[in-house]
Amino acid sequence: LLRSSQPLTGPNRRRCREDEKLLGTILDEGERGFIIDTRSAQAAKQARMSGGGTEPKSCYPQWRRLHRALDRGRPLQESFVRLVEACSDPSLSMDRWLARLDSSRWLSHVKAALSTACLAAQCLDREDSNVLVHGAEGTDTTLLVTALAQLILDPSCRTLEGFQALLQREWIEAGHPFHLRCARSASSHARGKQEAPLFLLFLDCVWQLSRQFPFSLEFGEQLLLTLFDNAYASSYGTFLCNNEKERSLCKVKESTHSLWAWLNQPEEKHKYLNPLYSHNPLVIWPSVEPQSIQLWQGLFLRWIRPSQHLDEAWAEIQRLVEGS
Amino acid sequence: MEHIRMPKVENVRLLDRLSSRRAVVGTLYLTATHVIFVENGSETRKETWVLHSQISSIEKQATTATGCPLLIRCKNFQVIQLVIPQERDCHDVYISLIRLARPVKYEELYCFSFNPKLDKEEREQGWKLVDLNEEYNRMGVPNNYWQISDVNRDYGVCDSYPTEVYVPKSATAHIIVGSSKFRSRRRFPALSYYCKGNNASICRSSQPLSGFSARCLEDEQMLQAIRKANPGSDFIYVVDTRPKLNAMANRAAGKGYENEDNYSNIKFQFIGIENIHVMRNSLQKMLEVCELKSPSMSDFLWGLENSGWLKHIKAIMDAGIFIAKAVAEEGVSVLVHCSDGWDRTAQVCSVAGLLLDPYYRTMKGFMVLIEKDWVSFGHKFNHRYGNLDGDPKEISPVIDQFIECVWQLMEQFPCAFEFNERFLIHIQHHIYSCQFGNFLCNSQKERRELKIKERTYSLWAHLWKNRADYLNPLYRSDHSQTQGTLHPQIAPCNFLYKFWSGMYNRFEKGLHPRQSVTDYLMAVKEETQQLEEELEALQERLANLQKSQSGNNKVKSKQQDRSKQFGLYTSNNSLANTPQEYSNDLKSFPSRSPSQGDEDSALILTQDNLKSSDPDLSANSDQESGVEDLSCRSPSGGGCLPSEDSGKDSDEAVFLAG
Repeated sequence: LLRSSQPLTGPNRRRCREDEKLLGTILDEGERGFIIDTRSAQAAKQARMSGGGTEPKSCYPQWRRLHRALDRGRPLQESFVRLVEACSDPSLSMDRWLARLDSSRWLSHVKAALSTACLAAQCLDREDSNVLVHGAEGTDTTLLVTALAQLILDPSCRTLEGFQALLQREWIEAGHPFHLRCARSASSHARGKQEAPLFLLFLDCVWQLSRQFPFSLEFGEQLLLTLFDNAYASSYGTFLCNNEKERSLCKVKESTHSLWAWLNQPEEKHKYLNPLYSHNPLVIWPSVEPQSIQLWQGLFLRWIRPSQHLDEAWAEIQRLVEGS
Repeated sequence: MEHIRMPKVENVRLLDRLSSRRAVVGTLYLTATHVIFVENGSETRKETWVLHSQISSIEKQATTATGCPLLIRCKNFQVIQLVIPQERDCHDVYISLIRLARPVKYEELYCFSFNPKLDKEEREQGWKLVDLNEEYNRMGVPNNYWQISDVNRDYGVCDSYPTEVYVPKSATAHIIVGSSKFRSRRRFPALSYYCKGNNASICRSSQPLSGFSARCLEDEQMLQAIRKANPGSDFIYVVDTRPKLNAMANRAAGKGYENEDNYSNIKFQFIGIENIHVMRNSLQKMLEVCELKSPSMSDFLWGLENSGWLKHIKAIMDAGIFIAKAVAEEGVSVLVHCSDGWDRTAQVCSVAGLLLDPYYRTMKGFMVLIEKDWVSFGHKFNHRYGNLDGDPKEISPVIDQFIECVWQLMEQFPCAFEFNERFLIHIQHHIYSCQFGNFLCNSQKERRELKIKERTYSLWAHLWKNRADYLNPLYRSDHSQTQGTLHPQIAPCNFLYKFWSGMYNRFEKGLHPRQSVTDYLMAVKEETQQLEEELEALQERLANLQKSQSGNNKVKSKQQDRSKQFGLYTSNNSLANTPQEYSNDLKSFPSRSPSQGDEDSALILTQDNLKSSDPDLSANSDQESGVEDLSCRSPSGGGCLPSEDSGKDSDEAVFLAG
């Protein structure tokens, strides 16, 4: 599984031998690879006008390109805002709730993200093919897809430790611009141009996986909520800045504490573990039918719905499992 | 058997609902009670059994090159798509099924031939399991305020009521009879629930025949009697569960609702729950959404909203909440009615009962609740659920809605119910299956005339026998959630109502969480209990024996074996599952991994049973429609895993981007 940003083909269909060679070395003679472009075919084509573009078939003959349009940027932020508004609207009658939920399109984004990740995973697992994922910048939807695909495929990413390593690798070090993306939140009136809840979308997808495979993730919802909180505002330096270069310039490692260090302390760790966890060595293929994708109430209705009874249920589950 | 034109057809294809690629070939059998499809595979001859009673509709579709398609839709939401090679055979099957699914006599129903091999004593005991007299006693009646009345002993007053009803002490026979003449279908106000703590009660009836200005002294006295039976309050609520417009329209027909001016000390309240026709259409629309092939999120949400289904569920729940509040918090008695007092009234009274009384949240209590508010009070099971062929306009998912309300509550209060989702699903299944006699006919009177108890078996006994499958591992009778009244959040709460895919997509395994938390936790619970008992026993022994090395080793290895067994259990749950078709670009992808086998816990009969060309399968008829809790009978043994979520491969949706 590889990731990158878009090739700078431009309007004049530039070529780059080195790039072609690089991709060429990955595939054996006669082997086929897949490029999953997280933009629509049209958007990818249009990108040429501003210097970007796609890999032309003639130059990359062994690679087959698939387009899976995933929203990011402004549309995704708007989607998030609309969902939060729908959830907190007290006047909303039952008549209109689902329509509002739908018009936010958030769940459609979850479905699309999971499907694309599954597609990548399918290419790797079923077709035994190499996969290159990229969008435009390679910092948003690209990371969403690669991180989710690894969760689906690799049981070691589903352990608490493995998941942290996945986040560190695929989101933080890969250069997802947290500082820009998580500048404010859906509740804020000011809308930063660069704001977009990609990371939240990722966490939502992970939550969907945990719901469909309740035994297969070593961590629980509480971890996901904590990560969400810390991405936006944190006492720790882990999610600061936009990339490793900035972190180095700001001396983040020297001046702040790591979230992982805190989470992994024995007295903290147990809060984030899933009592039902049992190592599942197999690939977990989620269902992306609409009935299988649910609203993440624990996050979106966190302060709205009463959680007492659900907390009690969770405590009961822990009691049962730990008692055994 | 005379209705079966074609008892057996070979080379029939059973299609996966979502993808015609996943078809299996087998033989179709028609018997007096079931339709059975047996797969042709050499080893596991997987079978799909469908009771004729379950068939809701049959659609013969246009013949294609591959054959003649036949779509069978069931009342338990199973949808079976068959393709029969010869059009003529298909037509014969179609005609036969049409007739078989529409019995005209009760005797045609499965319950009269079903034989679970119990003796007469056991059958009787089964019927005695739920005793309403015991229940009323448990509530605390008869007492100073309430008495049992036998005025209806020969069904002379109201033929849809039971022979024994509870009425206020001050309601004489004269008052009861007078009131019954002023009520639609003679369904006079009678006790549904009595709250010992504060003497408040829930009574139920049908609408008064008040028209625009008619009055009835006895009916007014009846309501007064109900009020007087609760000294703690000086008024009662009268709750009409219909929309105001409908109730008003009824006045033109000489019926209507109680006028606050005429009835002293009542507070009248409309709670608009729509009628059976609206509900029937609502379900229909929702099922159409479920049948969409590869719907987008929008298709699904819009379709669901458009059906209005969850809105109706919420309306019923809100009514139950209002009544529960009135009784528990205000200490005020409530009289509930709708039009005829056998649909919405039943729903609302039983929801209120569930909220008020933790007993009804136990398995036994739930059976009692249904027996009381649905069976004894004359809910028209036959008309509503089509035991016999009848007026399609009478069909409506009334009890289904109640059952869903219970599920919605279970989701909000996971520790509060002794039973689990499977219990609800199986009850719904059997309301339509007519395998047991509990839900036949339209009234107690009709059931007695048919001698149901002597000729059929009770579902309650069957469920009770298998109660281990139906337990909720999170239930503890001493838990805070199981004490007293449940208080569901009233507002905002729209998001609390979820689509119940466990019921409406019951047979699409791919849609559900792959691993059943309930079953796992039940196993853990049992495991822990066993270990604790074991530990106790061993500790006793140790105390009596001399401490020796071999003794210690025995203890250790036993415990290890247990946990290994246990480990096996959990890893069985994480079965390989197969991907959906996430992309139609990649046509080379296999849709099903060849090594996977079928994880469906379908009944696997031994070869012997299948040998006869005309299988008399009523002997093996202790089944649901062949998909779920039958792994217990599987010759391959294994733990009894009645899980519906045993990791079957996902359905193959042709998935398009975005």
